[in-house]
Amino acid sequence: MIIKDKVIKYGNNVDTDVIIPARYLNTIDEAELASHCFEDLDGDFKEKVKERKIIVGGENFGCGSSREHAPLSIKASGIKAIIAKSFARIFYRNSINTGLPLLVSVEASDSIKDTDEVEIDLGNGEIKDITTGKTFKVPPLPDFIQKVISSGGYMKFTREELAKSK
Amino acid sequence: MAQKILADHSGKEFVEEGEIVNASVDIVLGNDITMPLAIEEFKKIGAGKVFDNTKVVMVPDHFTPNKDIKSAEQCKILRNFAGEHNIINYFEIGEMGIEHALLPEKGLVLSGNLVIGADSHTCTYGALGAASTGVGSTDVAVAMVTGKLWFMVPSTLKFIYSGNPGNWITGKDLILYTIGLIGVDGALYKSMEFSGPAVEGLSMDSRFAMANMAIEAGGKFGIFEVDKKTEEYMRSKGKTDYKIFKSDADASYEKVYEIDCADIELQVAAPHLPSNARNAKDLGDIKLDQAVIGSCTNGRMEDLEMAAEILKGKKVKKSMRTIIIPATQKIYLEAMKKGLLEIFINSGCVVSTPTCGPCLGGHMGVLAKGERAIATTNRNFVGRMGHPKSEVYLSGPAVAAASAIAGRIVVPGEVI
Repeated sequence: MIIKDKVIKYGNNVDTDVIIPARYLNTIDEAELASHCFEDLDGDFKEKVKERKIIVGGENFGCGSSREHAPLSIKASGIKAIIAKSFARIFYRNSINTGLPLLVSVEASDSIKDTDEVEIDLGNGEIKDITTGKTFKVPPLPDFIQKVISSGGYMKFTREELAKSK
Repeated sequence: MAQKILADHSGKEFVEEGEIVNASVDIVLGNDITMPLAIEEFKKIGAGKVFDNTKVVMVPDHFTPNKDIKSAEQCKILRNFAGEHNIINYFEIGEMGIEHALLPEKGLVLSGNLVIGADSHTCTYGALGAASTGVGSTDVAVAMVTGKLWFMVPSTLKFIYSGNPGNWITGKDLILYTIGLIGVDGALYKSMEFSGPAVEGLSMDSRFAMANMAIEAGGKFGIFEVDKKTEEYMRSKGKTDYKIFKSDADASYEKVYEIDCADIELQVAAPHLPSNARNAKDLGDIKLDQAVIGSCTNGRMEDLEMAAEILKGKKVKKSMRTIIIPATQKIYLEAMKKGLLEIFINSGCVVSTPTCGPCLGGHMGVLAKGERAIATTNRNFVGRMGHPKSEVYLSGPAVAAASAIAGRIVVPGEVI
Protein backbone atom coordinates (compact mmCIF):
# COMPACT_ATOMS: atom_id res chain seq x y z
CA MET A 1 0.00 0.00 0.00
CA ILE A 2 1.32 3.41 -1.03
CA ILE A 3 0.33 6.59 0.80
CA LYS A 4 1.35 9.88 -0.81
CA ASP A 5 0.50 13.20 0.81
CA LYS A 6 1.79 16.35 2.47
CA VAL A 7 2.89 16.59 6.09
CA ILE A 8 1.58 18.29 9.22
CA LYS A 9 4.42 18.31 11.75
CA TYR A 10 4.14 18.29 15.55
CA GLY A 11 6.64 17.94 18.45
CA ASN A 12 7.33 15.49 21.28
CA ASN A 13 4.79 14.00 23.73
CA VAL A 14 1.64 14.83 21.77
CA ASP A 15 -0.84 13.50 24.34
CA THR A 16 -4.33 12.08 23.94
CA ASP A 17 -5.85 15.04 25.82
CA VAL A 18 -4.75 17.41 23.04
CA ILE A 19 -5.60 14.90 20.29
CA ILE A 20 -9.19 14.68 21.54
CA PRO A 21 -10.00 16.55 24.78
CA ALA A 22 -11.95 14.51 27.34
CA ARG A 23 -14.79 17.04 27.31
CA TYR A 24 -15.79 15.61 23.91
CA LEU A 25 -15.69 11.96 25.00
CA ASN A 26 -19.41 11.85 25.72
CA THR A 27 -19.91 10.52 22.21
CA ILE A 28 -18.54 7.78 19.97
CA ASP A 29 -19.65 9.48 16.75
CA GLU A 30 -16.52 9.57 14.58
CA ALA A 31 -17.41 12.70 12.61
CA GLU A 32 -18.14 14.61 15.80
CA LEU A 33 -14.88 13.42 17.38
CA ALA A 34 -13.00 14.44 14.22
CA SER A 35 -14.47 17.95 14.41
CA HIS A 36 -12.56 18.49 17.69
CA CYS A 37 -9.35 16.66 16.78
CA PHE A 38 -6.17 18.52 17.88
CA GLU A 39 -8.35 21.46 18.94
CA ASP A 40 -6.23 22.30 22.02
CA LEU A 41 -2.89 21.84 20.24
CA ASP A 42 -3.42 23.41 16.84
CA GLY A 43 -6.43 25.59 16.06
CA ASP A 44 -5.58 25.38 12.35
CA PHE A 45 -5.60 21.58 12.13
CA LYS A 46 -9.00 21.46 10.44
CA GLU A 47 -7.75 23.73 7.65
CA LYS A 48 -4.37 21.97 7.36
CA VAL A 49 -5.86 18.49 7.09
CA LYS A 50 -7.79 19.44 3.95
CA GLU A 51 -4.48 19.61 2.05
CA ARG A 52 -2.14 17.47 4.19
CA LYS A 53 -2.91 13.96 5.39
CA ILE A 54 0.28 12.61 6.97
CA ILE A 55 1.32 13.58 10.51
CA VAL A 56 4.97 13.57 11.58
CA GLY A 57 5.50 13.66 15.34
CA GLY A 58 8.44 13.38 17.72
CA GLU A 59 8.90 11.10 20.71
CA ASN A 60 6.14 9.35 22.69
CA PHE A 61 3.33 10.29 20.30
CA GLY A 62 -0.13 9.55 21.76
CA CYS A 63 0.90 9.39 25.42
CA GLY A 64 -1.72 9.47 28.16
CA SER A 65 -5.17 7.99 28.11
CA SER A 66 -6.33 4.70 26.62
CA ARG A 67 -9.11 6.42 24.67
CA GLU A 68 -9.43 4.75 21.28
CA HIS A 69 -11.27 7.94 20.36
CA ALA A 70 -7.78 9.43 19.76
CA PRO A 71 -6.74 7.34 16.70
CA LEU A 72 -10.40 7.22 15.61
CA SER A 73 -10.69 11.01 15.54
CA ILE A 74 -7.37 11.31 13.67
CA LYS A 75 -8.45 8.71 11.12
CA ALA A 76 -11.90 10.25 10.71
CA SER A 77 -10.23 13.64 10.11
CA GLY A 78 -8.71 12.12 6.97
CA ILE A 79 -5.18 11.45 8.21
CA LYS A 80 -3.74 8.42 6.39
CA ALA A 81 -0.61 7.66 8.46
CA ILE A 82 1.56 8.92 11.32
CA ILE A 83 5.36 8.87 11.41
CA ALA A 84 7.08 9.44 14.78
CA LYS A 85 10.27 8.72 16.70
CA SER A 86 8.27 6.60 19.13
CA PHE A 87 4.64 5.97 20.03
CA ALA A 88 3.02 5.51 23.42
CA ARG A 89 2.07 1.88 23.95
CA ILE A 90 -1.72 2.03 24.16
CA PHE A 91 -2.00 4.53 21.29
CA TYR A 92 0.13 2.16 19.20
CA ARG A 93 -2.16 -0.80 19.97
CA ASN A 94 -5.27 1.26 19.34
CA SER A 95 -3.98 2.46 15.98
CA ILE A 96 -3.11 -1.06 14.83
CA ASN A 97 -6.46 -2.30 16.10
CA THR A 98 -8.39 0.39 14.25
CA GLY A 99 -6.29 0.27 11.07
CA LEU A 100 -4.40 3.57 11.26
CA PRO A 101 -0.86 2.94 9.93
CA LEU A 102 2.01 4.08 12.21
CA LEU A 103 5.68 4.20 11.24
CA VAL A 104 8.57 4.54 13.68
CA SER A 105 11.61 6.37 12.33
CA VAL A 106 13.84 8.74 14.28
CA GLU A 107 15.64 9.82 11.09
CA ALA A 108 12.45 10.53 9.14
CA SER A 109 10.97 12.45 12.07
CA ASP A 110 14.12 14.58 12.35
CA SER A 111 14.47 15.20 8.63
CA ILE A 112 10.93 15.69 7.29
CA LYS A 113 9.68 19.28 7.52
CA ASP A 114 6.18 20.68 7.87
CA THR A 115 4.40 20.80 4.45
CA ASP A 116 6.93 18.39 2.78
CA GLU A 117 5.40 15.88 0.39
CA VAL A 118 6.02 12.31 1.49
CA GLU A 119 5.43 8.87 -0.04
CA ILE A 120 5.07 5.88 2.29
CA ASP A 121 5.40 2.32 1.02
CA LEU A 122 3.88 0.26 3.85
CA GLY A 123 4.64 -3.11 2.26
CA ASN A 124 8.36 -2.41 1.82
CA GLY A 125 8.72 -0.30 4.96
CA GLU A 126 9.97 2.78 3.16
CA ILE A 127 9.36 6.50 3.66
CA LYS A 128 10.41 8.87 0.85
CA ASP A 129 10.48 12.62 1.32
CA ILE A 130 9.66 13.75 -2.24
CA THR A 131 10.45 17.39 -1.39
CA THR A 132 14.04 16.60 -0.37
CA GLY A 133 14.54 13.30 -2.16
CA LYS A 134 15.62 11.52 1.04
CA THR A 135 14.57 7.93 1.74
CA PHE A 136 14.17 6.21 5.13
CA LYS A 137 13.83 2.49 5.89
CA VAL A 138 11.41 1.34 8.59
CA PRO A 139 11.86 -2.00 10.38
CA PRO A 140 9.16 -4.55 9.48
CA LEU A 141 6.35 -5.19 11.96
CA PRO A 142 6.06 -8.60 13.70
CA ASP A 143 4.12 -11.17 11.62
CA PHE A 144 1.16 -11.23 13.97
CA ILE A 145 0.70 -7.46 13.80
CA GLN A 146 0.99 -7.52 9.99
CA LYS A 147 -1.81 -10.11 9.92
CA VAL A 148 -4.02 -7.88 12.09
CA ILE A 149 -3.36 -4.89 9.83
CA SER A 150 -4.00 -6.83 6.63
CA SER A 151 -7.33 -8.03 8.06
CA GLY A 152 -8.29 -4.36 8.51
CA GLY A 153 -7.98 -4.23 12.29
CA TYR A 154 -8.27 -6.44 15.36
CA MET A 155 -12.05 -6.70 15.33
CA LYS A 156 -12.09 -7.98 11.74
CA PHE A 157 -9.10 -10.24 12.42
CA THR A 158 -10.93 -11.80 15.39
CA ARG A 159 -14.10 -12.24 13.36
CA GLU A 160 -12.09 -14.11 10.70
CA GLU A 161 -10.31 -16.28 13.29
CA LEU A 162 -13.61 -17.19 14.96
CA ALA A 163 -15.13 -18.09 11.58
CA LYS A 164 -12.13 -20.34 10.82
CA SER A 165 -12.46 -22.19 14.13
CA LYS A 166 -16.13 -22.98 13.51
CA MET B 1 7.48 -11.02 37.59
CA ALA B 2 5.20 -9.70 34.85
CA GLN B 3 7.00 -12.06 32.47
CA LYS B 4 6.12 -15.04 34.70
CA ILE B 5 2.48 -13.99 34.89
CA LEU B 6 2.31 -13.69 31.09
CA ALA B 7 3.89 -17.16 30.73
CA ASP B 8 1.45 -18.61 33.27
CA HIS B 9 -1.52 -17.16 31.38
CA SER B 10 -0.36 -18.32 27.96
CA GLY B 11 0.32 -21.92 28.98
CA LYS B 12 4.08 -21.64 28.66
CA GLU B 13 7.00 -22.44 30.92
CA PHE B 14 8.83 -19.34 29.88
CA VAL B 15 8.33 -16.35 27.61
CA GLU B 16 11.00 -14.14 26.14
CA GLU B 17 11.19 -10.37 25.92
CA GLY B 18 9.79 -9.15 22.64
CA GLU B 19 7.78 -12.36 22.10
CA ILE B 20 4.09 -11.91 21.25
CA VAL B 21 1.80 -14.16 23.27
CA ASN B 22 -1.93 -14.72 23.21
CA ALA B 23 -2.77 -14.86 26.91
CA SER B 24 -5.92 -15.57 28.92
CA VAL B 25 -7.08 -12.64 31.01
CA ASP B 26 -8.68 -12.78 34.46
CA ILE B 27 -10.53 -9.47 34.30
CA VAL B 28 -11.70 -7.30 31.39
CA LEU B 29 -12.61 -3.79 32.55
CA GLY B 30 -14.26 -0.80 30.93
CA ASN B 31 -15.92 2.48 31.89
CA ASP B 32 -18.57 4.87 30.58
CA ILE B 33 -16.14 6.45 28.10
CA THR B 34 -14.41 3.40 26.67
CA MET B 35 -17.08 0.70 27.04
CA PRO B 36 -19.67 2.10 24.58
CA LEU B 37 -17.05 1.89 21.83
CA ALA B 38 -16.08 -1.62 22.98
CA ILE B 39 -19.72 -2.72 22.97
CA GLU B 40 -20.10 -1.44 19.40
CA GLU B 41 -17.04 -3.46 18.32
CA PHE B 42 -18.26 -6.46 20.35
CA LYS B 43 -21.48 -6.44 18.35
CA LYS B 44 -19.55 -6.25 15.06
CA ILE B 45 -17.54 -9.37 15.97
CA GLY B 46 -20.89 -11.10 16.15
CA ALA B 47 -20.12 -13.64 18.88
CA GLY B 48 -23.35 -12.95 20.71
CA LYS B 49 -22.16 -13.51 24.25
CA VAL B 50 -19.31 -12.64 26.60
CA PHE B 51 -16.72 -15.32 27.43
CA ASP B 52 -17.47 -15.15 31.17
CA ASN B 53 -20.06 -12.89 32.76
CA THR B 54 -18.15 -12.81 36.06
CA LYS B 55 -14.91 -11.58 34.49
CA VAL B 56 -16.21 -8.59 32.59
CA VAL B 57 -16.31 -5.55 34.87
CA MET B 58 -18.10 -2.30 34.04
CA VAL B 59 -17.81 0.87 36.09
CA PRO B 60 -19.50 4.06 34.94
CA ASP B 61 -17.21 6.48 36.81
CA HIS B 62 -15.91 9.16 34.47
CA PHE B 63 -18.85 11.43 33.65
CA THR B 64 -21.11 10.11 36.40
CA PRO B 65 -23.47 10.88 38.02
CA ASN B 66 -24.41 11.67 34.41
CA LYS B 67 -23.13 15.15 33.64
CA ASP B 68 -25.20 15.75 30.52
CA ILE B 69 -27.59 14.04 28.14
CA LYS B 70 -24.87 12.55 25.95
CA SER B 71 -23.12 11.05 28.98
CA ALA B 72 -26.43 9.68 30.18
CA GLU B 73 -26.83 7.96 26.81
CA GLN B 74 -23.33 6.46 27.08
CA CYS B 75 -24.07 5.09 30.54
CA LYS B 76 -27.35 3.68 29.29
CA ILE B 77 -25.42 1.63 26.70
CA LEU B 78 -23.41 0.04 29.56
CA ARG B 79 -26.45 -0.52 31.75
CA ASN B 80 -28.42 -2.18 28.95
CA PHE B 81 -25.48 -4.38 27.93
CA ALA B 82 -24.88 -5.38 31.56
CA GLY B 83 -28.53 -6.36 31.90
CA GLU B 84 -28.62 -8.24 28.62
CA HIS B 85 -25.43 -10.23 29.34
CA ASN B 86 -25.97 -10.62 33.08
CA ILE B 87 -22.71 -8.84 33.93
CA ILE B 88 -22.41 -9.50 37.68
CA ASN B 89 -19.77 -6.83 38.20
CA TYR B 90 -21.58 -3.84 36.81
CA PHE B 91 -21.50 -1.12 39.46
CA GLU B 92 -24.31 1.41 39.38
CA ILE B 93 -24.33 4.81 41.10
CA GLY B 94 -24.66 4.15 44.82
CA GLU B 95 -22.35 1.18 44.82
CA MET B 96 -19.74 2.35 42.36
CA GLY B 97 -16.45 4.09 42.95
CA ILE B 98 -13.54 5.15 40.81
CA GLU B 99 -12.74 1.89 39.05
CA HIS B 100 -9.12 1.47 40.16
CA ALA B 101 -9.99 2.02 43.80
CA LEU B 102 -13.13 -0.09 43.55
CA LEU B 103 -11.81 -3.32 42.00
CA PRO B 104 -9.16 -4.03 44.68
CA GLU B 105 -11.61 -3.03 47.42
CA LYS B 106 -14.12 -5.59 46.09
CA GLY B 107 -11.41 -8.25 45.93
CA LEU B 108 -11.89 -8.53 42.16
CA VAL B 109 -8.16 -8.39 41.42
CA LEU B 110 -5.64 -10.64 43.12
CA SER B 111 -1.91 -11.18 42.90
CA GLY B 112 -0.84 -13.27 39.93
CA ASN B 113 -3.81 -12.10 37.85
CA LEU B 114 -3.55 -10.81 34.31
CA VAL B 115 -5.91 -7.87 33.97
CA ILE B 116 -6.74 -5.57 31.09
CA GLY B 117 -8.87 -2.47 31.16
CA ALA B 118 -9.88 0.16 28.67
CA ASP B 119 -8.46 2.81 30.94
CA SER B 120 -4.78 3.71 31.01
CA HIS B 121 -4.60 3.61 34.81
CA THR B 122 -5.46 -0.09 34.90
CA CYS B 123 -1.79 -0.53 35.82
CA THR B 124 -2.86 0.38 39.41
CA TYR B 125 -3.40 -3.31 40.32
CA GLY B 126 0.33 -3.91 40.03
CA ALA B 127 0.30 -2.90 43.71
CA LEU B 128 -1.28 -6.31 44.36
CA GLY B 129 1.35 -8.17 42.37
CA ALA B 130 -0.93 -8.49 39.34
CA ALA B 131 0.13 -7.87 35.76
CA SER B 132 -2.44 -5.32 34.70
CA THR B 133 -2.42 -2.81 31.92
CA GLY B 134 -4.47 -0.34 29.95
CA VAL B 135 -5.66 -1.19 26.46
CA GLY B 136 -8.18 0.22 23.98
CA SER B 137 -11.83 -0.43 23.38
CA THR B 138 -11.27 -2.86 20.50
CA ASP B 139 -8.91 -4.88 22.71
CA VAL B 140 -11.63 -5.03 25.35
CA ALA B 141 -14.22 -6.04 22.75
CA VAL B 142 -12.04 -8.92 21.55
CA ALA B 143 -11.22 -10.03 25.10
CA MET B 144 -14.92 -9.92 26.04
CA VAL B 145 -15.51 -12.44 23.25
CA THR B 146 -12.45 -14.67 23.51
CA GLY B 147 -11.13 -14.14 27.06
CA LYS B 148 -7.74 -13.64 25.47
CA LEU B 149 -5.54 -10.84 24.22
CA TRP B 150 -2.21 -10.40 22.45
CA PHE B 151 0.67 -9.03 24.51
CA MET B 152 4.26 -8.28 23.66
CA VAL B 153 6.44 -9.46 26.54
CA PRO B 154 8.13 -6.33 27.93
CA SER B 155 11.63 -5.87 29.32
CA THR B 156 11.85 -4.72 32.94
CA LEU B 157 13.20 -1.70 34.78
CA LYS B 158 13.84 -2.31 38.48
CA PHE B 159 13.49 0.47 41.03
CA ILE B 160 15.03 -0.17 44.44
CA TYR B 161 13.83 2.25 47.12
CA SER B 162 15.81 2.48 50.36
CA GLY B 163 16.03 4.92 53.26
CA ASN B 164 13.33 6.45 55.40
CA PRO B 165 10.81 8.75 53.72
CA GLY B 166 10.37 12.07 55.53
CA ASN B 167 7.24 13.58 57.08
CA TRP B 168 4.14 13.72 54.86
CA ILE B 169 5.89 11.81 52.06
CA THR B 170 3.67 9.21 50.41
CA GLY B 171 3.89 6.93 47.40
CA LYS B 172 2.81 9.89 45.25
CA ASP B 173 6.04 11.75 46.04
CA LEU B 174 8.09 8.65 45.29
CA ILE B 175 6.43 8.10 41.93
CA LEU B 176 6.53 11.78 40.87
CA TYR B 177 10.22 11.81 41.79
CA THR B 178 10.75 8.61 39.79
CA ILE B 179 8.92 9.90 36.71
CA GLY B 180 10.96 13.10 36.99
CA LEU B 181 14.06 10.94 36.96
CA ILE B 182 13.24 8.80 33.92
CA GLY B 183 10.84 11.03 31.94
CA VAL B 184 7.36 10.50 30.50
CA ASP B 185 8.68 7.88 28.10
CA GLY B 186 11.37 6.48 30.40
CA ALA B 187 9.51 3.18 30.75
CA LEU B 188 7.88 3.08 27.30
CA TYR B 189 6.68 -0.49 26.53
CA LYS B 190 8.46 -1.70 29.70
CA SER B 191 7.47 -3.19 33.02
CA MET B 192 8.42 -1.16 36.10
CA GLU B 193 9.21 -3.29 39.13
CA PHE B 194 9.07 -1.45 42.46
CA SER B 195 11.12 -2.99 45.26
CA GLY B 196 13.55 -2.36 48.10
CA PRO B 197 13.42 -1.98 51.87
CA ALA B 198 11.48 1.31 51.80
CA VAL B 199 8.65 -0.33 49.85
CA GLU B 200 7.94 -2.66 52.77
CA GLY B 201 7.10 0.37 54.87
CA LEU B 202 4.67 1.79 52.33
CA SER B 203 0.95 1.38 52.89
CA MET B 204 -1.14 -0.40 50.26
CA ASP B 205 -2.71 2.98 49.46
CA SER B 206 0.71 4.42 48.68
CA ARG B 207 1.59 1.39 46.57
CA PHE B 208 -1.64 1.79 44.57
CA ALA B 209 -0.72 5.43 43.93
CA MET B 210 2.71 4.43 42.63
CA ALA B 211 1.56 1.58 40.40
CA ASN B 212 -1.23 3.85 39.14
CA MET B 213 1.25 6.32 37.65
CA ALA B 214 3.53 3.79 35.91
CA ILE B 215 1.68 4.77 32.72
CA GLU B 216 2.85 8.38 33.18
CA ALA B 217 6.35 7.10 32.48
CA GLY B 218 4.98 5.12 29.51
CA GLY B 219 5.08 1.83 31.47
CA LYS B 220 3.08 -1.24 30.53
CA PHE B 221 3.07 -2.65 34.05
CA GLY B 222 3.99 -1.15 37.42
CA ILE B 223 4.34 -4.10 39.72
CA PHE B 224 5.20 -4.77 43.37
CA GLU B 225 6.27 -8.05 44.94
CA VAL B 226 3.66 -9.58 47.20
CA ASP B 227 4.55 -9.25 50.90
CA LYS B 228 2.71 -9.61 54.20
CA LYS B 229 0.81 -6.36 53.68
CA THR B 230 -0.42 -7.45 50.25
CA GLU B 231 -1.57 -10.80 51.60
CA GLU B 232 -3.31 -9.15 54.57
CA TYR B 233 -5.05 -6.79 52.16
CA MET B 234 -6.33 -9.62 49.95
CA ARG B 235 -7.37 -11.72 52.95
CA SER B 236 -9.26 -8.73 54.35
CA LYS B 237 -11.37 -8.96 51.18
CA GLY B 238 -12.05 -12.61 51.95
CA LYS B 239 -9.71 -13.90 49.26
CA THR B 240 -7.20 -16.70 49.70
CA ASP B 241 -7.04 -18.21 46.21
CA TYR B 242 -4.25 -16.05 44.87
CA LYS B 243 -0.97 -16.96 43.20
CA ILE B 244 2.32 -15.36 44.11
CA PHE B 245 5.06 -14.85 41.55
CA LYS B 246 8.49 -13.66 42.60
CA SER B 247 11.35 -12.37 40.51
CA ASP B 248 14.26 -14.77 40.22
CA ALA B 249 17.41 -13.75 42.05
CA ASP B 250 19.21 -13.78 38.70
CA ALA B 251 16.41 -12.09 36.74
CA SER B 252 17.71 -9.81 34.03
CA TYR B 253 16.76 -6.15 34.12
CA GLU B 254 17.22 -3.62 31.37
CA LYS B 255 18.23 -1.11 34.02
CA VAL B 256 18.28 -0.88 37.81
CA TYR B 257 17.65 2.43 39.59
CA GLU B 258 18.59 2.86 43.24
CA ILE B 259 16.65 5.60 44.97
CA ASP B 260 17.22 6.81 48.54
CA CYS B 261 13.87 7.97 49.91
CA ALA B 262 15.62 10.12 52.50
CA ASP B 263 16.60 12.38 49.57
CA ILE B 264 13.02 12.78 48.36
CA GLU B 265 11.22 15.97 49.39
CA LEU B 266 7.52 16.64 48.90
CA GLN B 267 7.06 16.70 45.12
CA VAL B 268 5.00 18.75 42.71
CA ALA B 269 4.85 18.18 38.94
CA ALA B 270 4.54 21.51 37.15
CA PRO B 271 2.54 21.92 33.91
CA HIS B 272 2.33 20.36 31.39
CA LEU B 273 4.01 16.99 31.96
CA PRO B 274 3.95 14.62 34.97
CA SER B 275 7.74 14.42 34.59
CA ASN B 276 8.20 18.12 35.51
CA ALA B 277 8.73 17.08 39.14
CA ARG B 278 10.15 19.69 41.51
CA ASN B 279 10.58 20.05 45.26
CA ALA B 280 7.35 21.69 46.42
CA LYS B 281 9.23 24.09 48.69
CA ASP B 282 11.31 25.43 45.80
CA LEU B 283 8.45 26.37 43.50
CA GLY B 284 8.15 30.02 44.50
CA ASP B 285 4.91 31.95 44.61
CA ILE B 286 2.43 29.90 42.58
CA LYS B 287 -1.05 31.28 43.27
CA LEU B 288 -4.00 28.91 42.99
CA ASP B 289 -7.73 28.97 42.26
CA GLN B 290 -8.61 25.36 43.05
CA ALA B 291 -7.46 22.26 44.88
CA VAL B 292 -8.65 18.75 44.07
CA ILE B 293 -8.01 15.85 46.44
CA GLY B 294 -9.24 12.61 44.93
CA SER B 295 -8.91 10.41 41.79
CA CYS B 296 -7.77 6.85 41.13
CA THR B 297 -4.32 7.98 42.26
CA ASN B 298 -5.07 9.65 45.60
CA GLY B 299 -8.70 9.32 46.69
CA ARG B 300 -8.07 6.60 49.28
CA MET B 301 -8.23 6.66 53.10
CA GLU B 302 -4.54 7.47 53.60
CA ASP B 303 -4.97 10.52 51.36
CA LEU B 304 -8.13 11.76 53.05
CA GLU B 305 -6.70 11.20 56.53
CA MET B 306 -3.57 13.15 55.65
CA ALA B 307 -5.60 16.01 54.14
CA ALA B 308 -7.86 16.09 57.22
CA GLU B 309 -4.89 16.19 59.57
CA ILE B 310 -3.74 19.38 57.86
CA LEU B 311 -7.16 20.97 57.35
CA LYS B 312 -8.50 20.26 60.86
CA GLY B 313 -9.54 23.47 62.58
CA LYS B 314 -8.40 25.62 59.65
CA LYS B 315 -10.15 27.32 56.74
CA VAL B 316 -9.19 27.07 53.12
CA LYS B 317 -8.34 30.45 51.62
CA LYS B 318 -11.45 32.37 50.63
CA SER B 319 -10.58 32.38 46.93
CA MET B 320 -9.86 28.62 46.81
CA ARG B 321 -12.39 26.10 45.58
CA THR B 322 -11.35 22.92 47.38
CA ILE B 323 -12.93 19.72 46.14
CA ILE B 324 -12.54 16.45 47.99
CA ILE B 325 -13.59 13.25 46.25
CA PRO B 326 -13.49 9.98 48.19
CA ALA B 327 -12.74 7.33 45.57
CA THR B 328 -15.42 4.82 46.57
CA GLN B 329 -18.64 4.66 48.57
CA LYS B 330 -16.86 2.55 51.19
CA ILE B 331 -14.12 5.15 51.59
CA TYR B 332 -16.77 7.89 51.70
CA LEU B 333 -18.59 6.06 54.51
CA GLU B 334 -15.42 5.39 56.44
CA ALA B 335 -14.39 9.04 56.11
CA MET B 336 -17.79 10.02 57.42
CA LYS B 337 -17.57 7.66 60.40
CA LYS B 338 -14.10 8.92 61.27
CA GLY B 339 -15.28 12.53 61.19
CA LEU B 340 -13.16 13.51 58.22
CA LEU B 341 -16.09 14.84 56.20
CA GLU B 342 -16.98 17.18 59.06
CA ILE B 343 -13.41 18.49 59.12
CA PHE B 344 -13.51 19.09 55.36
CA ILE B 345 -16.87 20.83 55.41
CA ASN B 346 -15.90 23.01 58.37
CA SER B 347 -12.75 23.98 56.47
CA GLY B 348 -14.80 25.21 53.53
CA CYS B 349 -14.22 22.24 51.20
CA VAL B 350 -16.88 20.53 49.12
CA VAL B 351 -17.11 16.75 49.34
CA SER B 352 -18.29 14.95 46.22
CA THR B 353 -19.68 11.55 45.46
CA PRO B 354 -17.06 9.27 43.82
CA THR B 355 -16.26 10.33 40.25
CA CYS B 356 -13.25 10.85 37.97
CA GLY B 357 -14.92 14.23 37.21
CA PRO B 358 -12.39 17.06 37.33
CA CYS B 359 -9.26 14.93 36.79
CA LEU B 360 -10.00 14.82 33.07
CA GLY B 361 -11.90 18.09 32.85
CA GLY B 362 -15.22 16.31 32.73
CA HIS B 363 -17.29 17.92 35.47
CA MET B 364 -17.29 18.68 39.23
CA GLY B 365 -14.52 21.28 39.06
CA VAL B 366 -13.57 22.32 35.53
CA LEU B 367 -11.11 25.23 35.21
CA ALA B 368 -11.69 28.50 33.34
CA LYS B 369 -9.16 30.24 31.10
CA GLY B 370 -6.08 31.29 33.04
CA GLU B 371 -7.02 29.37 36.21
CA ARG B 372 -4.63 27.19 38.13
CA ALA B 373 -5.19 24.10 40.28
CA ILE B 374 -3.20 21.87 42.53
CA ALA B 375 -4.48 18.30 42.29
CA THR B 376 -3.66 14.88 43.64
CA THR B 377 -4.60 13.51 40.22
CA ASN B 378 -2.25 11.99 37.66
CA ARG B 379 -2.01 14.19 34.57
CA ASN B 380 -1.29 17.86 33.96
CA PHE B 381 -1.40 17.93 30.16
CA VAL B 382 -2.66 21.03 28.32
CA GLY B 383 -6.40 21.37 28.92
CA ARG B 384 -6.55 18.32 31.17
CA MET B 385 -8.80 19.92 33.83
CA GLY B 386 -10.61 22.35 31.58
CA HIS B 387 -9.67 25.32 29.43
CA PRO B 388 -6.54 24.76 27.29
CA LYS B 389 -5.10 27.88 28.94
CA SER B 390 -5.58 26.56 32.48
CA GLU B 391 -2.84 24.85 34.50
CA VAL B 392 -2.62 21.79 36.76
CA TYR B 393 0.12 21.13 39.31
CA LEU B 394 0.25 17.53 40.56
CA SER B 395 1.06 16.67 44.17
CA GLY B 396 0.30 14.33 47.02
CA PRO B 397 -2.48 15.00 49.54
CA ALA B 398 -0.34 16.89 52.08
CA VAL B 399 0.83 19.60 49.67
CA ALA B 400 -2.64 19.89 48.13
CA ALA B 401 -4.32 20.36 51.53
CA ALA B 402 -1.70 22.83 52.77
CA SER B 403 -1.90 24.77 49.50
CA ALA B 404 -5.69 24.97 49.81
CA ILE B 405 -5.21 26.82 53.10
CA ALA B 406 -2.49 29.11 51.76
CA GLY B 407 -4.01 29.78 48.33
CA ARG B 408 -0.62 29.13 46.80
CA ILE B 409 1.67 26.07 46.61
CA VAL B 410 3.21 25.45 50.02
CA VAL B 411 4.44 22.54 52.12
CA PRO B 412 2.50 21.63 55.32
CA GLY B 413 5.10 23.27 57.57
CA GLU B 414 3.99 26.69 56.34
CA VAL B 415 0.40 26.31 57.54
CA ILE B 416 0.57 24.17 60.68
